[in-house]
Amino acid sequence: MKIHYYPGCTLKATATQFESSAVASATAVGVEMVELPRWNCCGTVYSLTSDDLIHQLAPVRNLIRVRNEKGDAVTTLCSMCFNTLKRANLLVKEDPEKKRTINAFMDEEDDYDGGVEVVHLLEIFRDKVGFESIRGKVTKPLEGLRVSPYYGCLLLRPEEVGIDKAESPTVLEELLKSLGAEPVDSPYKAECCGSYQTVDKPDLVVEKTREIIWWAARNHAQCVVVSCPLCFFNLDRRQKDLAERDHDAVILPVFYFTQLVALALGLGEKVCGFEKHVVDPRPLLVSKGLI
Amino acid sequence: MAASSENLKPDTSGSCPSEFMTRRALVIGGGIAGMQTALDIANAGYEVVLVEREPSIGGRMIQLSETFPTLDCSQCIMTPKMVEVSQHPRIGLMTYCEVDEVAGEVGRFDVKIRKKAAYLDREKCTGCGLCIEKCPTKVPSQFDIGLGKRKAIYVPFPQAVPPKPVIDAENCRFFKTGKCRVCEKVCEVRAIDFEQTDSFLVERVGAIVVATGYDLFAKGAVAEYGYGEYPDVISGLEFERLNSASGPTNGEIRRPSDGKVPKEVVFIQCVGSRDQEKGVPYCSRICCMYTAKHAMLYKHKVHDGQAYVFYMDVRADGKGYEEFVQRGVEEDGTLYIRGRVSRVFRDDDQIVVWGVDTLTGKKIVVAGDMVVLATAIVPTAGSREFAKRLGISTDEHGFYSELHLKLRSVESARPGIFLAGCGQSPKDIPDTVAHAGCAASRVTSLFFTPEPGGGSRDSSLQLASVGRSGA
Repeated sequence: MKIHYYPGCTLKATATQFESSAVASATAVGVEMVELPRWNCCGTVYSLTSDDLIHQLAPVRNLIRVRNEKGDAVTTLCSMCFNTLKRANLLVKEDPEKKRTINAFMDEEDDYDGGVEVVHLLEIFRDKVGFESIRGKVTKPLEGLRVSPYYGCLLLRPEEVGIDKAESPTVLEELLKSLGAEPVDSPYKAECCGSYQTVDKPDLVVEKTREIIWWAARNHAQCVVVSCPLCFFNLDRRQKDLAERDHDAVILPVFYFTQLVALALGLGEKVCGFEKHVVDPRPLLVSKGLI
Repeated sequence: MAASSENLKPDTSGSCPSEFMTRRALVIGGGIAGMQTALDIANAGYEVVLVEREPSIGGRMIQLSETFPTLDCSQCIMTPKMVEVSQHPRIGLMTYCEVDEVAGEVGRFDVKIRKKAAYLDREKCTGCGLCIEKCPTKVPSQFDIGLGKRKAIYVPFPQAVPPKPVIDAENCRFFKTGKCRVCEKVCEVRAIDFEQTDSFLVERVGAIVVATGYDLFAKGAVAEYGYGEYPDVISGLEFERLNSASGPTNGEIRRPSDGKVPKEVVFIQCVGSRDQEKGVPYCSRICCMYTAKHAMLYKHKVHDGQAYVFYMDVRADGKGYEEFVQRGVEEDGTLYIRGRVSRVFRDDDQIVVWGVDTLTGKKIVVAGDMVVLATAIVPTAGSREFAKRLGISTDEHGFYSELHLKLRSVESARPGIFLAGCGQSPKDIPDTVAHAGCAASRVTSLFFTPEPGGGSRDSSLQLASVGRSGA
């Protein structure tokens, strides 16, 4: 199947390994991600202000880009892009008044009808490809790898856009099982990573990171898997700060889920870009015979 | 239903001409509400048919260990009433039966009752219990909410009224595999009848009282508390069974996972109640009190234990209630923490609770051994559908609608059909009994006809005036 792909800024900057591993994995399971020829910032954070339509323009304009390509669905990788696009779409779909205002404001664009479906790549893997089908394509099962899924917030909340149950999600666990890895539960799996506090209050995020990683390790995980570049940055980069201030702190490598899919499908280390990680995951993977 | 002035007009439901009035009532539900209504109507001299869908009467109350605020044992105060119901000359008790259809109108309802196949002749059965003893199949007991086991041929609990078993065809070995029939072999009076099917009968009654009770908020609906996932996270009703002398642990407080005596127990109030987002908006009205009771009873049994209660606010508005809560705090050391819990999870063999103390603004972590959730009262499953069958209405939650919230809370909008107990709204036992008595009095005043020609009504007026002048 073919699907339009909206990358968002991070996928072209600090999270290129997420994109390369995602595109390669998707292709290997029969999903062609076609990047939109034109796209702009997703709007970053969905605006909750009631009279704030100006902040909805960016995501809606991206949805118009999908319509320009005659598309009716778009996929994203970044949880934040996913959340912002899907919620903006929902707003337009459910509020004809606001839709009219937004369309009138962007009179240089085609009118948007609210009809584009925003899906996360995990949903495509789960609902279109199917985990059983992925299991069938695994050539290098991640045997003996104990992974703690970390969902963060934006993939699951609010309920109307979440891809799984907000308090007890299982989609990453099911994916991991199909790859041959062993999912490890953690009480922190749907807690906040600290998000953009990482800019102003890095200390707070270091402490959040400490808790998230500590609980994963306490439940015998060897690594953590995420779907959000901001979660990734916080958990990966802030572990360096953590290690500097606390020599006894538990440190675990962090993966994007697509990196683990790529490894299991035998697509090789190159598409995974492990050199970009602050906590080098390669020693763990070598010890498991996975690279 | 909105309290409109229309609903306050004089009651015309009694306008059924007395020659058409069948002076006989049907009570649906054999919990404390239905039992009280049936007894009150029968004691006033009218016949009552009491229909209960379970094999025994007793309802939710008989599942409870002890009751607030007096701590009487539920079975001790209830079993005499159950026996009274079963032996009352004017009460026809029909257990393991359900009401299928209601036709007619006030004064002459024709009610189709389905007698569910019990696969044994409950008339012949002497209740000796040998079949139960010999039955090879054990399944989780609904009465013990899965904490204990029962046989495939069973009475729900030892004090069941009537003490006659039924066969649960879904789990019976004979029904599943075609082999067994052990109960049939051991039954001396040959009461077992595998060929039995549901049978139907029609009862004519003049009035109906609906007392179908309540259920608890579904397991797993609040996923962050791990209810349904961790065996040591239980509901308040499960705690009642653990604490009950006739329960699965013979009344010892032992947690379900490993039978260990829990040294720290965390009680969480308002699970589902007063939660517009994920639960129900209303207050369930009994949880503050039963949680205070649970914490107290726990401490009475586990002297070195500690009970924590996370609460939003404590609503203790009944007679002796506030004093009861204070006693729990002062004498039994129950630790109340004002705040909500965000997550409950297992860490090795402990159950960890993340909460907040909103009075100090601090995050609280309790590593406990067991968690008890005060889950919301919700209408009995299928109440909306059942209400349709009765021709009465329900509110947005599925509770039966009364005609007027304040002044006519036992009348449904359909003349001749009355409401009693938690089917109408959450109630504690004293309120339920009062409500049930009120429903019974409405039924008896509907049935009562003054003697013609200066009969009882007039003489009672005279008596009243004599009383006044004498005072």
